[in-house]
Amino acid sequence: MNAIKFLIAAYVATWAIHGVYLASLVRRFSRLRQQSRELEKK
Amino acid sequence: MKRIFPILSVITAALLAYALYQALVVAPTDAQQGDVYRIIYYHVPSAWTAFLLFFINFIASIQYLVSAKASTKAAAKWIVLGIGVVGVIACFLPQVQRMLPVGMRPSAVATTVLAIPLFYFLIGRLFPGQKLDVLAVTTAEVGVVFCTIVLVTGPIWARPVWGIWWAPGDIRLTSTLVLWLIYVSYLVLRRFSNSAQTQMLAAALAVFGALDVPLVYFSIWFFRTQHPQPVIGGGGSMDPRMLHVLLISWIAFLCFAFLVCWSRFRLELLHREIEEAHAMESLLGAGAGSKASLPLSRSSR
Repeated sequence: MNAIKFLIAAYVATWAIHGVYLASLVRRFSRLRQQSRELEKK
Repeated sequence: MKRIFPILSVITAALLAYALYQALVVAPTDAQQGDVYRIIYYHVPSAWTAFLLFFINFIASIQYLVSAKASTKAAAKWIVLGIGVVGVIACFLPQVQRMLPVGMRPSAVATTVLAIPLFYFLIGRLFPGQKLDVLAVTTAEVGVVFCTIVLVTGPIWARPVWGIWWAPGDIRLTSTLVLWLIYVSYLVLRRFSNSAQTQMLAAALAVFGALDVPLVYFSIWFFRTQHPQPVIGGGGSMDPRMLHVLLISWIAFLCFAFLVCWSRFRLELLHREIEEAHAMESLLGAGAGSKASLPLSRSSR
């Protein structure tokens, strides 16, 4: 039973890392799109 | 192209869910480790994906370095071709085969050697000019993410099996950590250096960094380590059902990595486009009434 905790922890950690990275990509995309819109307005 | 990405995303999500089901439900329980061994289905595919991405980064970096001069580019083409031909022939010579570690098949080594010219010419054709550098930074960043997963899931797996989180001095573990540090420093260099030579310096660092990949991979063959011996292509035995699930999991992670790389590649192109537009704006002068436009066509992506 104790070993299951490690299995769950590994799987959760994997998706947490991917989730954080994907969130950073989305954040960077929206920031760049904002900059792009501002440039086009000028 | 706009439609392909959502379709591929749905296929990848379905594949990842199927791989998860296979890993947790279908794959048999290991007789020695119990269910905790199922970490292999995330740990190993992540490692293979990271190695592949660092390999692409290595090829793109070499292409970028040699593309500065036409003569160097032509010479590099022949050298890579020579490595492919000589490497494949050498793998089947008895003298070379005797030097290979026990369980390592010459055909597997020959295929790996053959991948060098194949990737070299494919990448050179698909990513001309500055896109090589964009590909290099993309694969390095996504590779670091997968390598981080390897370094996190490894100790989580080691604790219940070995009784320790980390084996200090173990060459497989240490070389993987060094590999991660090299690529993190590569990303830091790219992020904080504004020099005109940054891309060249980063490409040179990537070439040296990639030399650590074979060390990580072959360390368990050549050195006594705490890390288990290879279960595939290394003379080890793995239940065919486990191997089947491992390969499904790797395919799912490869598709996921491809989509993430695609997004990161587009992000980098957009970033450079905006930087170029800002530079143009500065050159033309803010008060001149000039209109700064995005230099690259969006339809090309």
